Amino acid sequence: MSTRPAPCEVSLTVNGEERAIRAYPMERLLDVLRRQLGLTGSKEGCGEGECGSCSVLMDGAVVNSCLVPVLQAQGAKIVTIEGLTSGSQLHALQQAFLNCGGAQCGICTPGIIMAASHLLSKRPRPTLQEIRDGLSGNLCRCTGYAQICEAVAEAAVQGNMG
Amino acid sequence: MNTENIVGSSAPRKEGRDKVTGRAQYIDDMSLPGMLYGATVRSSIPRGKIRKITFGAAIAWDEFVIVSTKDIPGANCIALILDDQPCLADGVVNHPEEPILLLAHPNRHTLPKAVNAVEIEYDPLPALFSIEESERQAEIIWGKDNTFKRYLVEKGDVDGIWSTADYIVEGEYTTGAQEQLYIENNGVIASFDAVKGLTLWGSLQCPYYVHKALMKLFALPEDRVRVVQMETGGAFGGKEEYPSMIAGHAALLAMKSGKPVKIVYDRMEDMTATTKRHPSRTRHRTAVSREGKILGGEIDFVVDGGAYATLSSVVLSRGTIHAGGPYYWPNVRIRAKAVATNAPPHGAFRGFGAPQCLFAMERHMDRIAATVGISPVEIRRRNFLKTGQTTTTEQVIREPIDLNQLLDRALALTDYHAKRNRFAKDNDLTTRKKGIGIAAFLHGAGFTGSGERYLASVVGVEACADGRVRVLVSSTEFGQGTKTVLCQIAAEALGLPYEDAEIAQADTEEVPNSGPTVASRTVMVIGKLVQSAARGIQETLVAAGFLQDTYSRDEFRQACAKYIAEHGEFKSWARYEAPPGIFWDDEKYRGEAYAAYAWAVYIAEVTVDLATYSVSVDDFVALQEVGRVLNPVLARGQIIGGVAQGIGFALYEKVVWRDGRMQNGQMTNYIMPTSADLPAIRVHFEELGNVHGAYGAKGIGELPMDGPAPAIVNAVEDALHMGFDSVPLLPEDIFNAMQADSESEFHPSQEVR
Repeated sequence: MSTRPAPCEVSLTVNGEERAIRAYPMERLLDVLRRQLGLTGSKEGCGEGECGSCSVLMDGAVVNSCLVPVLQAQGAKIVTIEGLTSGSQLHALQQAFLNCGGAQCGICTPGIIMAASHLLSKRPRPTLQEIRDGLSGNLCRCTGYAQICEAVAEAAVQGNMG
Repeated sequence: MNTENIVGSSAPRKEGRDKVTGRAQYIDDMSLPGMLYGATVRSSIPRGKIRKITFGAAIAWDEFVIVSTKDIPGANCIALILDDQPCLADGVVNHPEEPILLLAHPNRHTLPKAVNAVEIEYDPLPALFSIEESERQAEIIWGKDNTFKRYLVEKGDVDGIWSTADYIVEGEYTTGAQEQLYIENNGVIASFDAVKGLTLWGSLQCPYYVHKALMKLFALPEDRVRVVQMETGGAFGGKEEYPSMIAGHAALLAMKSGKPVKIVYDRMEDMTATTKRHPSRTRHRTAVSREGKILGGEIDFVVDGGAYATLSSVVLSRGTIHAGGPYYWPNVRIRAKAVATNAPPHGAFRGFGAPQCLFAMERHMDRIAATVGISPVEIRRRNFLKTGQTTTTEQVIREPIDLNQLLDRALALTDYHAKRNRFAKDNDLTTRKKGIGIAAFLHGAGFTGSGERYLASVVGVEACADGRVRVLVSSTEFGQGTKTVLCQIAAEALGLPYEDAEIAQADTEEVPNSGPTVASRTVMVIGKLVQSAARGIQETLVAAGFLQDTYSRDEFRQACAKYIAEHGEFKSWARYEAPPGIFWDDEKYRGEAYAAYAWAVYIAEVTVDLATYSVSVDDFVALQEVGRVLNPVLARGQIIGGVAQGIGFALYEKVVWRDGRMQNGQMTNYIMPTSADLPAIRVHFEELGNVHGAYGAKGIGELPMDGPAPAIVNAVEDALHMGFDSVPLLPEDIFNAMQADSESEFHPSQEVR
């Protein structure tokens, strides 16, 4: 029987705040975010990197936080759904999801909004096809994606106007 | 008071802000002090007797709470219809993944190892894995004849028509199991208090189903069981009956340990152990005239219910009533049955028996068209139900529905005729074959037959001293927009702004039993009751002399405050009463099966790539008559989402079975559509209104699940001139069929099946 490695210290920046946590090296970033830091906006849908409900930004890239061992996040900048806005003002994407019906049951929504924010950071005016491709790593069982894609397109217009 | 119309506007989702900010509280986001985690030890074989249970070495078992059947204070069953499903297997298992023992521990990481360390020895018994094996009855695994339920519908004289027919068209159609695949797995937290009793928080559709099941399992009175719905991350029927099982498990562990217990399944446990859509087989034998008129026919509809009765009789009922599609049958005999196999019980999934039988009906219509030598459009035109005619259960269609007009509009929206001609010409020159297919169908809203009368749902509206009103229902939100639309209805009924209406959490301690959130009934049936309870508030205030017939928001607030100061709380209730003239005979299966039907024509355009044998859907038009649309954004979202699930049902989602167990219980190998797989889904509504529904609404939730599979498979036939009678239709199925077809062409001496 293998013995469990000792917990280690990991420093990372979460939503702009520097955090030092103690965790087992292979503990999933998702669990650290949800259980240790209380950031339950990131969801677990499959635990194997298929559904994208746990999507967060790590150093500007979108990752499935259920596949990231926390040790790998040492020194990284993490942004979760909770860090998308400051104060009560919604992010353009969040407002667009509300307007367009992009959220139904809502369980995939935080992950999809994070993936969409990554997409818009790379492609500020994506075509519909680019949106569909850009979000194809995030599963949604409710919407059939159309109103999600419309929300992302609307947010892109808003973002560029602002 | 002058307000804009709230009903009919796209009012924003009530809980939307919490959902887009990640603040919405789902069950796994909740934690209680001292909480343990629970896990389930399940059967590894499909059927057998449990000979011995051994707790393996190397586990500190004294740290675990262990629950067996001995710990069940009440009846060891999941109360539903027949109460035949045990909460924990008692000496015998009847399907793989059947719960046997429960474990709880403070550290969730220790549970999987402990579950694996429980060794169970069995004396295996022969098991049945298909409808055909169950029908052969070589082994009796349930009741007298492996049959949970039968229905017989008879109209006219079927036996007399065969001799008058110009054509007799036969076909057999099958559909596979389908996983609901809500993105949030099943999960609950239970706590037990010797005085207060049980409290259960969970991801669920029907709080009062869980309430009833826990009362029976624990032999507790109703006021000692409380069930609270948390934000629910998708359900689609998959959280209709199963939550009673997982709730029972967590509650048993909570009672034994004296601590709160959380059970949240991982994806594989959820997929392999919980319910799916019933696999089905439908046989049609139809007498048709030279002109393509259906003279009559026999429909034989069978669903595989899995190991226990659960909801199969009700799924079968809806399938039986929808089996004739939106067509006029002068003579018909429908025989339907739900049979037992040694798979986990199949259960509720959006559409509830209708997608299965309507796939068969709509494929069969194209087969009849081909036999008679007329187009798929013409065969439907000549047989559509018309106002004044009767359905297979002899329900008179009273609403002014014109299915020919609906079909015309769908044809125009897709440019059907031009495309069909063009594809036929162009297909000769390419290996990317294009086709276009139609499905016409109907979906009954609300419970079948006398169901709504038995349910006698109750809803409340409470007025607060600050002028806000709260809707009190056990009808739940799991993405469809229940909260939003019911608040729109309450606000509209009282002439208040939308913001002044809110909805109470679905908590059995606070809300009345408005029945389950199923069967496309919430807006139509519950919405109407909300409307009437809301009017009760207004009428009471007017009768008390606190309010004039017309009033401002401020006057309403003052009147409520005055009433509450005098009487304490201010609640108004409404109970369902069957509309007059609704008659249903449960014995003969005859009469008004549903208070209202939604009607639809869907058209799919596909490409079959003969390099990969894959089918892509290039365009999809979903046209439906749904009474009145109360919230256009939400309604469109329901239709697109349902069509997407229907496309999955048709082309992607295959449950691979081995000895009753799902082999591909992961999102990696059970494939649902992604955003890159779906076409533009063009949604159009007709709005005839409906006297039975709130502000003219009918149900829409399930309807869009019914049409995509037949429309797509009909389009594949148009592309390939080769018919397929089974879904899911995967590339390998097309490859194999074309291979067999070309072999039979090249080797004419070979026997053709």
